Amino acid sequence: MGRLKTITRRTFVIGSVAVAGGVAIGYWKYKTPYDNPLLAELEKGAAALTPYVQIDQKGITIIAPRAEMGQGVHTTLAALVAEELDVSLDDVQVEHGPASKAYYNAAVLEEGVPFAQTDYSRMAENVRALTKVPAKFLGLQVTGGSSSIPDGFVKMRTAGAAARHILLQAAADRLNADLATLETDNGAVVAADGTRIPYTELAVAAATIDPPRDPELKPESQWKLLGKSLPRVDLVAKSTGTAEYAIDVRLPGMLFATIKKNPRLGGRMIGYDATKAESMPGVKKIIAFSDGVAVVATNSWYAIKAANSITFDWGDAPYPATTEEMMEKILASFSDDFEDSQFRDDGDVEKALIEADVVETEYRVPFLAHATMEPMNATAQLTGGRLDVWAGNQLPTQVTKEGVAITGLDEENVHVHTPFMGGGFGRRAEMDFIKQAIEVAKAMEGTPVKLTWTREEDMTHDQYRPAAVARFRGAVVDGLPSAFDLKLATLSVIASQMGRIGIPAAGPDISIVQSAWDQPYSIPNYRVTGYRTPAMIPVTSWRSVGASQNGFFHESIVDELAQAARRDPLEMRLELMTHEPSRNVLEAVAEMSGWGNPLPDGHGRGVAFVLSFGVPVAEVIEVADTAKGIKIVNAWAAVDVGTALDPRNIEAQVQSGINFGLAAAIMGEITVDDGKVRQSNFHNYDSIRINQAPPIVVKVLENGDKIRGIGEPGLPPAAPALANAIFAATGQRIRELPLNKHIKFA
Amino acid sequence: MQLTINGVDHEVNVEPDMPLLWVLRDELGITGSKFACGIARCGACTVHIDGRAVRSCVLPVSAVSGEVTTIEGLGNPDTMHAVQEAWVEHQVAQCGYCQSGQIMSAAALLTQNPDPTDDDIDAAMSGNLCRCGAYPRIRTAIKAAADKLGGA
Repeated sequence: MGRLKTITRRTFVIGSVAVAGGVAIGYWKYKTPYDNPLLAELEKGAAALTPYVQIDQKGITIIAPRAEMGQGVHTTLAALVAEELDVSLDDVQVEHGPASKAYYNAAVLEEGVPFAQTDYSRMAENVRALTKVPAKFLGLQVTGGSSSIPDGFVKMRTAGAAARHILLQAAADRLNADLATLETDNGAVVAADGTRIPYTELAVAAATIDPPRDPELKPESQWKLLGKSLPRVDLVAKSTGTAEYAIDVRLPGMLFATIKKNPRLGGRMIGYDATKAESMPGVKKIIAFSDGVAVVATNSWYAIKAANSITFDWGDAPYPATTEEMMEKILASFSDDFEDSQFRDDGDVEKALIEADVVETEYRVPFLAHATMEPMNATAQLTGGRLDVWAGNQLPTQVTKEGVAITGLDEENVHVHTPFMGGGFGRRAEMDFIKQAIEVAKAMEGTPVKLTWTREEDMTHDQYRPAAVARFRGAVVDGLPSAFDLKLATLSVIASQMGRIGIPAAGPDISIVQSAWDQPYSIPNYRVTGYRTPAMIPVTSWRSVGASQNGFFHESIVDELAQAARRDPLEMRLELMTHEPSRNVLEAVAEMSGWGNPLPDGHGRGVAFVLSFGVPVAEVIEVADTAKGIKIVNAWAAVDVGTALDPRNIEAQVQSGINFGLAAAIMGEITVDDGKVRQSNFHNYDSIRINQAPPIVVKVLENGDKIRGIGEPGLPPAAPALANAIFAATGQRIRELPLNKHIKFA
Repeated sequence: MQLTINGVDHEVNVEPDMPLLWVLRDELGITGSKFACGIARCGACTVHIDGRAVRSCVLPVSAVSGEVTTIEGLGNPDTMHAVQEAWVEHQVAQCGYCQSGQIMSAAALLTQNPDPTDDDIDAAMSGNLCRCGAYPRIRTAIKAAADKLGGA
């Protein structure tokens, strides 16, 4: 196994932290839980039975400490607790809760290990388990990587079961009854004689009892909530305008601000003239930073208008001035000097290529913005030695750190509030807008200030999904791929984002080759090499991360090989498939879509399969080549999440991932000129709209052996399924995104 | 300046070119209508003026002539409008940020056209962007609301 040698020889980004963490800290400390953060803020009469269950006289609150950015995680996490606690979701409040290391995400680093997603060998599983150690010591409370459900599946149920146990014990003490004679029923303990004691009456006494560490969990057959499509807890609020996002936070005496930063990202501000702005209506203060200016006013509109009147002298960008020059740098990184990883090198690719006709091709994807519907914003208040921050964020413990760094306060005096998020997609794991709000609050000490970015500021000051290039050589023999040599060059997302939050990231960045190197296809000579382009414009995680581009590369190429082999692309994939759950999703999508049935003239079907975040996903898209352009007629997806906790929500996430992927595939492109991002708003960085969005049928399978998250895996197959469908309908093979540079859409 | 919003009269003292959205959000604290683009390209700020869907982010407050209804005035959690009920029943919202605008556009559509075709829905709703891509359920919910309103 060449790969094992690679692992011992090299460090790797996440794994290196894992090994260091495990050795340095030791097992005992690792097993010691963090303090319950709810205890610090408890009001009289309230009890925090675990970090996830708080009960007071008014009722039960479940803490769902992951960002609700649309993926429905608050409902499913709360359902995990409620299932074991034995309460109805209708009878509980669900809150995000405070920032705390106690809410660290134990599953998020698993994606970083250099083992194939289908590799469940002891070594692979051991290394994955090891990543829980640095996850804990870094105390990263993070939402991302489709990891909330894998992380919470046991933890949240355990919290519910532990809380139920001590509530039962408290009732046993009060009734002087044998614990075994007591039961629970929807928020109350019930004694053998029918006496009901609501949890709310038992909570204070229960809080004095040590909860069990490993309470027994219900078998799946007894689940009442899990496995069912539950009404989401946030939907009435989100349908009536009463859901509070960070941008809706209002505090007494609050002022409103906006900011203008150097559009050459990371460049300095050499000078500015705000003479006019100073005397404009509503303006209260103009705050200069090293790289821009914030305007504080009595209304966001006054702040925006005044900021637009300021003239600036901006410094240069610390990266090439145009996208074309950046693309040159990416192309130039296809060399040994920039080789980052080669986690797969099966057989002898070079020899196989000599012996066959070679298929040679190149694919490209552009930079992309996140473009969340809610622009970046945060509210902060620094008063009386206490900092409060309200911000939609995917990384609350990092917000605390930034607050400490900027204000000099102790951690316990920094309070992070995480409301609903109008989209995240990776953008809200970044701290830039939050740091600015804290800086503004510091300059305005005593006054709460809400800092809102304009859409223009948001679009031009993102940290982007990197542009990437794939170079491929391959061959087919006897109707099957015999050689597959894929080279992938792009910027390192992990190095860029870890650099900004001060976590060292050594070794290869697995996201460069994510979902390209470990796809469960059997090809005898199979090599995937990652090349790291040196840092340029800042880049970060964008829904599905490396799989967002690599799915398009890998699956377009597999389609090209099917064409070269004169094979049906779906049948050829099935023949290559080595992983049973993956085969099952392909078979399911074939059946759902009527694959192989005749289509009307001008129609074409495309298929793509991508295994990402442990979830095999197969999608078929049908297009029609119409007089007005390509029209997406239908889409089908089959996914396998191992255990489906909420089927209707999973359907929504898959539909969402497909539409997000289609939007990028059809029209998404960020370009740079003079160091500045050219696209500024939805008129020139548009997204898919209802008239272009197809009906999407989703089938959820449960053959996989681990529970998986589904926020991201629906996305990667969308672009290649569409491109492959366009090829089937028109004969045009498009090797560069966005597709609308090459073909017209209806 | 006098405004009638959700049946309540408000006196506001702002510059005449301030868009209605910022009067609602920052002056009056009526925050259901959302800021997202500021150039009428996404529909998150959609309100009704005399029953018609309007993008409040580009409408100067001085140009408002008529009664303003925001998502809060359409219905509330205890007594929802038929469109809001359909949105909940069909579990439309994901992040939910665009949904106030989607619902206001859908409600205005159904007032003018009680039985919209798919093409009618496309025409009326394509100005409302949803980055979560909740479009399949938006379409289903509009049809469900149309049935409900038609059957009433």
